[in-house]
Amino acid sequence: MTILAFDWGLVIEKLILIAVVVFGSLGIALYTTFGERKVAAILQDRPGPNRAGPFGLLQPLADGVKLIMKEEIIPNAANKWLFILGPGLAMTASLMTCAVIPWGSDIELFGRKIALQIADINIGILYVFAVVSMGVYGIMIGGWASNNKFSLMSSLRAASQAISYELAMGLALIALLMTTESLSLKTIVEQQVKGNWWNIVYQPLGFLLFFIAALAECNRTPFDLPEAENELNFGYHQEYSSMKLGFYLFAEYINMIMSSAIMASMYFGGYDLPFFDESTVAPNIAAMIGVGTLLIKIVLFIFLFMWIRWTIPRFRYDQLMNLGWKTMIPLALFNLLITGALILANL
Amino acid sequence: MSTVDILFYLLSAFAIVSATMVLISKNPIHSVLWLILVFFAISGHYILLNAQFLAIVNIIVYAGAIMVLFLFVIMLMNIKKDAEPQKQLLVKLTGVVAGGSLLTLLIAVVKQTTQIENKQVLLKEGTIGLIHPLGQALFTDYVIPFEISSVLFLSAMVGAVIIGKK
Repeated sequence: MTILAFDWGLVIEKLILIAVVVFGSLGIALYTTFGERKVAAILQDRPGPNRAGPFGLLQPLADGVKLIMKEEIIPNAANKWLFILGPGLAMTASLMTCAVIPWGSDIELFGRKIALQIADINIGILYVFAVVSMGVYGIMIGGWASNNKFSLMSSLRAASQAISYELAMGLALIALLMTTESLSLKTIVEQQVKGNWWNIVYQPLGFLLFFIAALAECNRTPFDLPEAENELNFGYHQEYSSMKLGFYLFAEYINMIMSSAIMASMYFGGYDLPFFDESTVAPNIAAMIGVGTLLIKIVLFIFLFMWIRWTIPRFRYDQLMNLGWKTMIPLALFNLLITGALILANL
Repeated sequence: MSTVDILFYLLSAFAIVSATMVLISKNPIHSVLWLILVFFAISGHYILLNAQFLAIVNIIVYAGAIMVLFLFVIMLMNIKKDAEPQKQLLVKLTGVVAGGSLLTLLIAVVKQTTQIENKQVLLKEGTIGLIHPLGQALFTDYVIPFEISSVLFLSAMVGAVIIGKK
């Protein structure tokens, strides 16, 4: 019988890694909500949440308790199973992305070499795309199951927006993949650690397009049309209450963290600390420095997301579609052409 | 039985149950969701065959894009259970007989194919499904069919745009 002939050390190692990454992302997401309110407050010249704990630091916990304690309401006309499935799917899809993100270089513990990445698969980026395209189901199912026309309109908007911007995102990414010649995120980061420049130097236009598409995929302002409260009351989660609403709101923040991590890994060197030679310190310390560097990059990206949200007004729906189909896709194709020409010319 | 075998049987059962649910669900939205699960089960099979690229593209294209459009259309049509036209018994019976005959025929043909006789599927082996060998094969040995199919897709795209403009 060879049914259970696993390498149990590997299984335990991966389980611990998964637990750390998932709970870590949840913790960061918790404080991202706090950060969002503080950043909004600073940009609007007001103090922001400052009552719960020192500097209001316990505010996210208070919000969490409030959400859990609220009454759970399932509308009579709703499709009960799908109504419950919706937020769960949204949350699962946003957390699944973290499986392929390399959080740091290898560490050595108890004589084992442990990679700080849950799975280094050779189709890493395509996996991210698959998960991103799954994310829209949570919104669509939730919006439809609520049996409310505003929710339905909102979820249809979310789906068409996601489909439109996925194309530009993919095309922007193909140009990057042409230069890296690998789909594995780990390989892409290692190339940037060893090489002289980060990929942003080779793909400035590609990054810009990817960033705009990421804003749209995360439903962030100026692309937050699914939540346009002046037209749709609230959005696809209008009928939701208690922690199911919390899941939807939380999934958005986790999406933000994951897309920041992906952008940092692909265009900004991932866990690479610039002007610092990792081989001069012990591997474990180098890995820890790498994890810290990646986290700082993620926080900077999240700040950028928030800065944009509290600065730029929302698009109109036709403007959104025009930008996606008539500006971003041609630009991405142009970028692809230039990259291909430069590779052919051996530059 | 190795782990791969167990996974194979689990995935197969999963695929068959989901596919049956696609057929017997009364609600078209449920059918679409079950169909998405079928695609996931099939992607699992691709992974067992070491065809990671095929697996993930199956999810991106079918489960991720095409089924979203299906869901889109069904949600907008807002099909009610009692508004569905009920078919006559004779029509239903004809459908069952026709479908059953097709299934029998397919099984008979597959069973008698000499190429696969006494051969087992190679699980967890082979590299043709990985992205590097697959790209090599597509752009060297099969470059003409590959380019022709891409022209076909392009013309379909142009056609869709023209129809959409009307």
